[in-house]
Amino acid sequence: MKHVDEYRDRPRAIALARAIDEVATRPWRIMEVCGGQTHAIARFGLEELLPTRVSLLHGPGCPVCVTPAETLDHAVALARRPEVVLCSYGDMLRVPGSTIDLRTARAEGADVRVVYSALDALALARSSPEREVVFLAVGFETTAPGHALAVHQARREGLRNFSLLVSHVLVPPALEAMLADDDRRVDGFLAAGHVCTIMGASEYEPVARRHRVPIVITGFEPVDILHGIQLCVAQLEAGRAEVENAYPRAVRPDGNPHARAMIREVFEVRDRRWRGIGEIAASGLGLAAAYAAFDAERKFGLVATPAADPDRGCRSGLVLVGKLRPPECPEFGTRCTPDHPLGATMVSSEGTCAAYYRYRRPA
Amino acid sequence: MSFDPSCPVPVPGELIGLAHGGGGRATWRLLHELVLPSLGVADGAASHDAAELAVPAGGRLAFTIDASVVRPAFFPGGDIGRLAVFGAVNDLAAAGARPLALALSLVLEEGLPRDTLRRVLESIAAASRIAGVRVVTGDTKVVDRGNGDGIYTSVAGVGVIAAGLDVGPHRIRPGDAVIASGDVGRHGVAILSVREGFDFDAAVESDCAPVTGLLDALLAAEIDLHCLRDPTRGGLSATLHELALDARVAIAVREVDIPIDPRVAAACDLLGLDPLAMACEGRLVAVVPPEHAARAVAALRARPDGATAGVIGQVGDGPPGRVVATTQLGTRRVLDFAASEQLPRIC
Repeated sequence: MKHVDEYRDRPRAIALARAIDEVATRPWRIMEVCGGQTHAIARFGLEELLPTRVSLLHGPGCPVCVTPAETLDHAVALARRPEVVLCSYGDMLRVPGSTIDLRTARAEGADVRVVYSALDALALARSSPEREVVFLAVGFETTAPGHALAVHQARREGLRNFSLLVSHVLVPPALEAMLADDDRRVDGFLAAGHVCTIMGASEYEPVARRHRVPIVITGFEPVDILHGIQLCVAQLEAGRAEVENAYPRAVRPDGNPHARAMIREVFEVRDRRWRGIGEIAASGLGLAAAYAAFDAERKFGLVATPAADPDRGCRSGLVLVGKLRPPECPEFGTRCTPDHPLGATMVSSEGTCAAYYRYRRPA
Repeated sequence: MSFDPSCPVPVPGELIGLAHGGGGRATWRLLHELVLPSLGVADGAASHDAAELAVPAGGRLAFTIDASVVRPAFFPGGDIGRLAVFGAVNDLAAAGARPLALALSLVLEEGLPRDTLRRVLESIAAASRIAGVRVVTGDTKVVDRGNGDGIYTSVAGVGVIAAGLDVGPHRIRPGDAVIASGDVGRHGVAILSVREGFDFDAAVESDCAPVTGLLDALLAAEIDLHCLRDPTRGGLSATLHELALDARVAIAVREVDIPIDPRVAAACDLLGLDPLAMACEGRLVAVVPPEHAARAVAALRARPDGATAGVIGQVGDGPPGRVVATTQLGTRRVLDFAASEQLPRIC
């Protein structure tokens, strides 16, 4: 634990906060992209340490929050088939589709199982040849290599009872979409360190250049995040707009070539709908033609029809792009709580509203 | 009660059948050949449908019940028998009571190996000895295969609260010190790691233990105990919230003062879980007047099971039910009162 304590060290955090205070002469709005960072910011109260001139906007980087309702509808429909075992990460069970969530489907008798990796689902397919094992593959570039590996392995083994219901999303197109907005709020980005561990830094260069926005690759511990903010503010003050790596202990410039090759082998880029945000061109992944046999939508003949937005009246779309802070929402903590979430950002443990409720809710 | 070595030793591989719960000869034989000997109860000592207990003079009775449905039934540091006994004993201790007698109810699934039942019963006997109490009555039922998960246990306990002792949330006052008897979150991590097959470098064992000795130490030191709780499901965080809500006070804790085993902290970090919301099974939270805090901590620390005890926070007069923590960075946050089970984060 010594290693982690070093990045939660009070004197280091305070020194960084002071450095940010010294360098920031104007108001700056910095968005952390990843839900893990949002969680750490709320958990450690980092906004208390920052000068009021520097405000943090919380981004769309919670894969659970942006998975569209129709994917969950498909997951529920598959789970209800008697031959199917629907495997999912735990967080997805509570996210409502247009009717019910997977937890309710399970209570009604569907075989829904929580797994920690796609390889667990693959092992289940191997040991239960009489069942159809479907893995709900959600996430950003971080989970994609593991999901790709499972499919690749399944094909090598000739497994016919394993498939993926894919709702993968990509970070750079989401950044572009927010930057292209007429009502652009973001001055600089903290990019998610673990996404860049896989993808490297290069795909952010065109974004930074095109939109004149600094992008600092940042880790997840308090000291990491403050360091990322410090570098971002320094760039803004100097009028620079570069991709900078504040997380070199985990991120190499070219990322992880093996993991990227695995993603390229199994997946191809597709348009994707983001819950609360809408369709973003070329912002997601789907299974490539060579792996179509492992595509649950094809295998079970699911038709992709955009579902009615189940988060009616919820402003999570504004929260996801940093235009509304959870405490500014009139429903936050009153009509909308983790027990009775009105939208996905309150459901997922990495959602911005859930993070605020968990660590920052008023009395 | 002495163990009678002439009792027939169960043949390994024999399974529990529906007949064992039918109330007939099979039930009688299971009771007399396996249950009573394993519990260390002499034949003939349990011939009534109910046990007789002498009513203690002066004190008041405390009465509680605790069911255990843990999966798997055996885990690092404990099992479903030990857990049920200490669950009841610790609920009594949190009411300021020393245990007087326990009642045991078993729900067995058809097909359970008799040897598994024997191991659980022997564990119940051992746990009862550690806690200084006996199982004096019980009941066994069998459900058909597929309708249980091997074995469920319930233990009810009667205890005696010493005359003059008044422990409860109604006595909590602003300014009181909040003390934890040891590091938190072990049980939750131990169960999670064995259930999900996580292979951490060093196995975390459950803290499953009776807290009666800790209570005795506090009473012997003449601490004015305002309130006691044994954090279980929901961990320390749930306990603090319950106290704050029940007593209509606010509680403020300091994260750096809350003992957490480094392995528990590391596992929780890895899985995106909050160690303060992970289950404990052998810890005591004591709320005492500030002037008694140092003596209370010293009394706890004098025992091996209280070696890491310390003051973790104070009762305040803020908004009722609010529990805040000062973080390692010196900032403040509210403590999470989890809606349900903790779920790991996915990216």
